[in-house]
Amino acid sequence: MLRRTLVLAGLSLAAWSPAASAQDIVIPTIIELSGGGATVGAMWKNGSSLAVEEINAAGGILGKKVKLEFVDTASDPGKARAAMQRALDDKPIAIFGPIYSGSVSATLKLTADAEVPQVIGGEAANLTAQGSKYIFRTSFGQNVSMPKIANYLRDGVKAKSIAIVYVNNDFGKGGRDAIVKELPARDIKVVADISTEAGQADFAADVIKLKGANADAVFVYLNEEESARFLREAKKQGLTKPMIGETTLLGQKVIDLAGDAANGVKGHVGLTVDAPIPAIQEFGRKYEAKYKSKPDHNGVKGYIAPYMIKAAAEKAGKLDGKAIAAALHGMTIAPDKVPGILIEATWDGTGEIDRISFLGEVKDGKQVITETLPKLNK
Amino acid sequence: MTDLLQLLIAGLATGAIYALAAIGFTLLWQTSQTINFAQGEFVMVPAFFALAAMRLLGLPFLAALVLAILLSMLLLGVVFRYAVVGPLIQRGVLPLVISTIALSILLKEAVKDFYSAEALPFPPLLPDAPVSFAGVVVSQAQLGVLAVALLVIVLLQWFLAGTRTGRQMQATAQNPSVALILGVPVQRMILYTFLINAALAAVASLLISPIYLAKFSNGETLGLVAFVAAIVGGFNQVRGAIAGGLLIGVLDNLAAAYLSTAYRQAIPLVLLVLIILFRPQGLLGRREERSI
Repeated sequence: MLRRTLVLAGLSLAAWSPAASAQDIVIPTIIELSGGGATVGAMWKNGSSLAVEEINAAGGILGKKVKLEFVDTASDPGKARAAMQRALDDKPIAIFGPIYSGSVSATLKLTADAEVPQVIGGEAANLTAQGSKYIFRTSFGQNVSMPKIANYLRDGVKAKSIAIVYVNNDFGKGGRDAIVKELPARDIKVVADISTEAGQADFAADVIKLKGANADAVFVYLNEEESARFLREAKKQGLTKPMIGETTLLGQKVIDLAGDAANGVKGHVGLTVDAPIPAIQEFGRKYEAKYKSKPDHNGVKGYIAPYMIKAAAEKAGKLDGKAIAAALHGMTIAPDKVPGILIEATWDGTGEIDRISFLGEVKDGKQVITETLPKLNK
Repeated sequence: MTDLLQLLIAGLATGAIYALAAIGFTLLWQTSQTINFAQGEFVMVPAFFALAAMRLLGLPFLAALVLAILLSMLLLGVVFRYAVVGPLIQRGVLPLVISTIALSILLKEAVKDFYSAEALPFPPLLPDAPVSFAGVVVSQAQLGVLAVALLVIVLLQWFLAGTRTGRQMQATAQNPSVALILGVPVQRMILYTFLINAALAAVASLLISPIYLAKFSNGETLGLVAFVAAIVGGFNQVRGAIAGGLLIGVLDNLAAAYLSTAYRQAIPLVLLVLIILFRPQGLLGRREERSI
């Protein structure tokens, strides 16, 4: 009798446990919380948590509260894939992440097969070219950003020759291939093409090679930590050529890590809280007040992801992955209707995002926006 | 030619830091047959001691550095000697090796959980500005790192060969039983080697963290490279570890520049295989007594 009572008590206690109410919408967030992408994952985690708090305070999505379930990929595509398989077993209405392109590449077929929309941070050009109807970007793919950088190298920097230093992973190789394709039409020669490793700690040899190449400008396409190490080494060795980058190189995390060495860096910025747009600046202030650090583009990407799902679910009128994905295709979300989207954005049939972007530079340890570029299809 | 010279200087600067870590391997092996697979983490942790001292205690940078070195000597020297090596060494080399692997995981995860999984900027000890001579531009920091590391190595060599305690340590390393009969306080000498190892690892940490950024995973590569450097140079000779460290630093930079960055990490391992095949005692090692 006693045993039966205890078992019943245990069962009722387990049922009462409030970890996640059955009524909540759980969105698995499979991101880089350790390893090389830890800085990136931390930003996304904070940004998306902030958005979910706001959404829940305003009544949730279609009346249900949202809960994010964070899973660490350790910046490893294999672990990301395993985590994705486990997460899909619970048939979520959406998945956030991964952010590293290699990990997105390893997981996008799984979400496509399960018909669950996957809101990613990856920027490699090929991610949206693989036919998945369930992948959605939060930032430009390299197929969109690299033509803008190439124009900037020709018109802004007036470079006739460039040296490229890129990271040898899906993100880096994708970017390198995309920019190299754009340069001949603009009469710019690549005089050095330097591959570096993900997680590389010592850039002395690479900087020495770059100095020898004597290009008009250096295009730097590395992940956050590596960008910072590279810039520090370049400064130490007196590499004085203009350093041009795409979003990451001018990002807040790189500025924080590289210190003075980031000053003078210029380039294209897809997303930034320094953009001359009140909504995005307000987001930056909220984030900074809560997390005591300034968000970079990955913080913004994390922040808009829950709002994308909210807007699409409300358009679809139901909490169903397939319907949400269908609603997002061809959808334009404007900040006057959904303030959390921050800047008007449109997703095409492949999940590619279109919105305005910026040119900027780093001055006195701060990113300064110098020009706003229009949406591509407007 | 200028490129080559710059690569050599950069390589020697990194190599000197590898050497500091590699010396620790040889010291511990000689006096107490300890192969410390947490050596990389011993180089990673002191930077976090310094960062914590600045952030939590509000200490100025230099005071934080001194505290980091002292704390390393206490925790990675004394505590490591008595809590890990002491109880396990009687059980043979293998259990100790496994426990140092466990210690490396513990240190890495502890830093990740209690401090940060992200890379953090670490203030440079030396100015960042470049200096140029004869068309070669190198950084003051590189020259400084090289100078500090070499100074520490020279001081260590002087201590081991030129002082009474140093010679007692050498006697302990060569034959502890005879050293004991001759009145050398063997246990104290063993403790000294652990203290020196921790101090060298701390100096290496403070020199390398401004370049690598302070991160919990830094020890993974450093530990491996230092281990390989010690074997290549000669596991039973401090000067072998120094030569091994410098050689790997230079080869690593030359490989990155002239071969491929993708294969640079393979270079030390290829070297390791060649050394084990053709000169198992290492470049400067003695053919010996205790082989590994």
